[in-house]
Amino acid sequence: MMNLQDFLPMRHEILLLFVVVLILLGEIFMPEKSKHYLINISIILFFLHTIVGFLPVQEGKLFGGMFQNDLFRSTLKNILNIGVFIVFLQSSAYIRKEENKGKISEYFLLLLSTLIGMYFMISSGDFLMFYLGLELATIPLTALSAYDKYKNISAEAGIKLLLISALSTGVLLYGVSMIYGTTGSVYFTDVATNFGKDSLQILGFIFFAAGMGFKISLVPFHLWTADVYEGSPIGITSYLSVISKGAAVFIFMIVLYKVFASITEIWNVLIYILAVSTMTIGNLFAIRQNNMKRFLAFSSIAQAGFILLGIIGSNTIGITSTMYFILIYIFTNLAAFGVVSAIYNASGKEDMRDYNGLYKTNPKLCLLMMLALFSLAGIPPVAGFFAKFFLFTSAASQGYYILILIAVINATISLYYYLRVVKAMFIDPNDNPIPFFKTDITAKIGLVICTIGIFVVGFISSIYEVFSKLTTLL
Amino acid sequence: MSILSLFVLIPLLTITGIMLSRSHNMVRWVALTGMFAQLITSIIVLFSYFAFREAGFTTPMLFYQDIEWFKTLNIHYTVGVDGISVALVLLTSVVIFAGVLASWEVEYLQKEFFTSLILLATGVFGFFISLDLFTMFLFYEIAVIPMYFLIGIWGTGPKEYSAMKLTLMLMGGSALMMVGIFGLYFNSATDGNFTFNILEIAKVYIPKDVQLYFFPFIFVGFGVLGAIYPFHTWSPDGHASAPTAVSMLHAGVLMKLGGYGCFRVAMYLLPEAANTLGWIFIILSTISVVYGAFGVIWQKDLKYINAYASVSHVGLITFALMMMNKISIDGAIIQMISHGLTTALFFALIGMIYGRTHTRMIDEMGGLMKVIPFLSVCFIIAGLSTLGLPGFSGFIAETTVFIGAFQHHDLFHQIASIFVVSSIVISAVYVLRMVGIILFGPIKNEHHLSLKDAKWFERLSAGTLVVAITGIGVAPLWLFDTIKESLIPIVERLNGFGNLYTHIF
Repeated sequence: MMNLQDFLPMRHEILLLFVVVLILLGEIFMPEKSKHYLINISIILFFLHTIVGFLPVQEGKLFGGMFQNDLFRSTLKNILNIGVFIVFLQSSAYIRKEENKGKISEYFLLLLSTLIGMYFMISSGDFLMFYLGLELATIPLTALSAYDKYKNISAEAGIKLLLISALSTGVLLYGVSMIYGTTGSVYFTDVATNFGKDSLQILGFIFFAAGMGFKISLVPFHLWTADVYEGSPIGITSYLSVISKGAAVFIFMIVLYKVFASITEIWNVLIYILAVSTMTIGNLFAIRQNNMKRFLAFSSIAQAGFILLGIIGSNTIGITSTMYFILIYIFTNLAAFGVVSAIYNASGKEDMRDYNGLYKTNPKLCLLMMLALFSLAGIPPVAGFFAKFFLFTSAASQGYYILILIAVINATISLYYYLRVVKAMFIDPNDNPIPFFKTDITAKIGLVICTIGIFVVGFISSIYEVFSKLTTLL
Repeated sequence: MSILSLFVLIPLLTITGIMLSRSHNMVRWVALTGMFAQLITSIIVLFSYFAFREAGFTTPMLFYQDIEWFKTLNIHYTVGVDGISVALVLLTSVVIFAGVLASWEVEYLQKEFFTSLILLATGVFGFFISLDLFTMFLFYEIAVIPMYFLIGIWGTGPKEYSAMKLTLMLMGGSALMMVGIFGLYFNSATDGNFTFNILEIAKVYIPKDVQLYFFPFIFVGFGVLGAIYPFHTWSPDGHASAPTAVSMLHAGVLMKLGGYGCFRVAMYLLPEAANTLGWIFIILSTISVVYGAFGVIWQKDLKYINAYASVSHVGLITFALMMMNKISIDGAIIQMISHGLTTALFFALIGMIYGRTHTRMIDEMGGLMKVIPFLSVCFIIAGLSTLGLPGFSGFIAETTVFIGAFQHHDLFHQIASIFVVSSIVISAVYVLRMVGIILFGPIKNEHHLSLKDAKWFERLSAGTLVVAITGIGVAPLWLFDTIKESLIPIVERLNGFGNLYTHIF
C-alpha cells in the first residue's frame, strides 16, 4: 500500500511537473493579450522550484529500485537548476521578440520537460529508467533547436540534432541490450555484480560509451555540435552546452563508477583516448572560428575533454572536482553566452570581428566577457582556475602525468583563442564599434549572478568540502 | 594576521581606490600613495626581520602564517619570509614605486593601466611571500596575465604579436610547472597526507627517479620566465613593445620570479636531481649569457639593447644558482636585486628619453648630455652598473658570482665560467658604445636641442633607483647579512648530495 509520502524522494520531479502543468494551464486559459506575462510567471515559478530544491531531501528508492534519490543526486539536480534559472533569465529578451509571440509557453514547457528527463537520468537505478530520461531529455530539445523555424539554419539545427540523437540513442540502446543479454538484468546493481570481462560485455560497454559520447560531444562524436550550436537560438545553445552536457557528464560518471566498476582499467584507457582527442581537436578547431557561437561550441568541446580528467581513475577527488567544475562551468559559460546573446539581441551581430573596439562603448559587458573567458581558460583569480586545477589534481592522483601534460599544453593553446576575443574587444581598433546599448533587466540579473559565481565560487572552499562529503553517497 | 598579508591587501585596496577615483589626477595619486605605503611596509618588514633575527628567532621563515583553505586537498594560504624573500619584496616595492612615477603621464585608459600594473605587482608580492605551492602558482599566474593587456593596449610597435607571444610562452611555462607541482604534491607524503607546503615537502625524502622526472618540468617552467635559452624569445619582443613601467617591472622583477622559483622550488625541493641534471642547465644558461651579450651588439633600438642585456644578466642568475655553492648562490641573489634595480633604471630612462626624442634608435640621437644632463647622468650610472664598475651594485653581484663559479676545479665548470666571464667584456663594449653615441656624440637632430630635462616625478623615479643601486654598491654588507642565514639550509641540502656529475667530464 503506497501513500503520497512514499513519493517524497521524487520531490524534484513532481514539483517540476507541477510547474510545467501550471504553465500549460496558463497557456490554455490566459487571454492572448496577456500571454507575455507567462515569461515572468515561468521564471518566478522556476525560481521558487530552485529554492525548494535546496530544502532537505528525503532519501529513498522507488519502483523497486528503478528510481533513487539522495543528497548527492539532489545536489546534482540543484546544480542544474541554477543553470536553467540563469538560462531562463537570459533568454527572456529573446522570447519577448515579436516574432516569437505565438510560442512563448512552448519554450518553457519543452525546456522544463527536458530538465525532468535529466532528473530521471540522474536518479535512475536501472537502464530502463535511464533510457526514458535520456529520451525525454533529448527529443524536446530538437524542437527547441528549430525554434526559429523561419530560419533555414535553425531548421537545419533541429533536424541535425534529431537525427544525431536518434542515432546515438540507438547505438546506446544496442549496447544496453548486449549488457542485458550477458548479465540478465537492467538494474545497475545487478549488472555491476554480474559484469565480467566477456568480450560481448566490453562491446556493449563501448557502444554505451559511444552513445554517451554523442551527448557530451566528445571527439569523434562531436560533428553535430558546431552546426547545431550555431543554428539554435542562443538560449538553447547555452542550454545544450551547459545543462545538457553537465547532466550527461553526471550520469556518465555515475554509471561508470557504479555499473562498470569492475572494468575500470578498461574504461580508463577509453577515457584517456577520448580526453586527449577531445581536448586537442576541440582546441585546434576553436582557433579557426570567427562566429562566436561556433567558437563557444568548440571551446565547450575542449572543456568536455578537460572534464574527462576528473572522471578518469574514479576517486573521490575526481567526483568532487567534476561536480565543482560543472558548477563553475555553468556560471562561466553562461556568462559568456549571456554576453553574446545580449550583443546579438541589441545589434544582431555575432561575429568576432564585430566585437572590435567594444570596450569603448560597452565596458561592463566586455569586462564580464573577459572574466568569463579567463575562467574558461583557467586563469586565476577567477573560479575556472580552481576548477581546472582540481581536475588536474584528480588525474595526477592516479599518476596520469602525461595526460596532464597534454592537458596543460592544451590549456595554453586554449588561452590563445580566448585571448583572440579579448584582443578584439580591448585592443583592435574600430571606427564604428557596436554602439552602447542597454541590456534588459532580466538578462542583467542573470549576468550578475554569473559574475558573482565566477568570482566567489572559487574562493569559497566550503562548497568544495560539501561536494567532497557527498561523494560517499555515490 | 601576519604583516605579510598587507603586501596583498594594500595593492588590492589601491586598485579599489583607483576604480573609485573620479579624476585623472586622483588616479595616479591614489596609485602612488598605495605603492608608497607598500614601500614603507617592506622597509618595516626588513627592519623587523633584522630585529627578530637578532632577538634569536631561528625559525627558517619569519612572520609565518598558515590558514587552511581547501581542507580535503590540504591547500593552505601559507606566508612567511626569509632573508631572500625580504630582499626581493623590497626590490619589488622599490621598482613598482618607481614604475608608477615613470608612468605618471599615461593618458589613454589611465584607470585600466594602473589597475593592471598594480595587479601585476600584487601577483609578484604574493609569489614572493607564499610558501604553499598552490598559492604560489596562483600568484604567479596573476602576475603574468596583466602583461597581456599592458603590452597589448599601451605598448608600441608590434604590440599584439609581442603580447600574445609573451603571454603564451609564460603560460606554457606555468603549464609545465603545474605538472611538476603535482609531482611534488603526490610525493610529499607516504601516508596519503599530501601537502603543498614547501617547508613540509623539504622534510620528506623524494626518491631519486621521481626527482629526475619532475625536476626538468619545474626548472624549465620557471626557467621560461627566467629567459633561459632557448625559451628566452618572448623577452626581447615583449620588453621592446611594453610601455616603460611595464618593461621596468617585467625585466626588473617578474623575471626574478623565474630565478627565485628555480631556486626555492626546483633546487631546494629536488636537490638530488639538481645535482644530476645541473650540467644541462649550466650549458643552457651559459648560452643565455653569451648569446644575450652578443645579441645586444647588433641592436640599434635602445629597448632591444636592454632587453637582450637582460637575457644575458638573468642568465647569469641561473648560471650562478647552478654552480651550487654558498658564494655563487649568494651572488645569484644579489644579481637578482642588482639587475632588477639596474634594468628598471635603464628602462625608465629609455622611456623618458623616448618621450622626449620620439625615437629609440641610437643612430638618430646624439649629444644628449648637454641637453638633458640629469637623465644622462642617470643613464651613465645605469650603464656603469650594468658593465660591473666598482661602486655600483652590478660589480658586487658579478664579482660574487664569479668568485663562486671559480671555486670549482673541474674542467667543465671552469670552461663554462670562462665563457660567462667573457660576457663582461662584451657588455662593456655595448654599454660604452651606446653611452658614447647618444650622450656624447654629435647632435643629429636639431629638435633635440630644445628638450627639457626631467620633471619632478621623473627625478624622483630615477633618483630612487639610483640611490638603491649605489647604496648596494657602496655598502653591500647589509644585503649579504640579510640573505646569508637563509641560504645556509638550502646550500647544505644541495651539497649534501655532492656533485654527482663531475665525473662525466
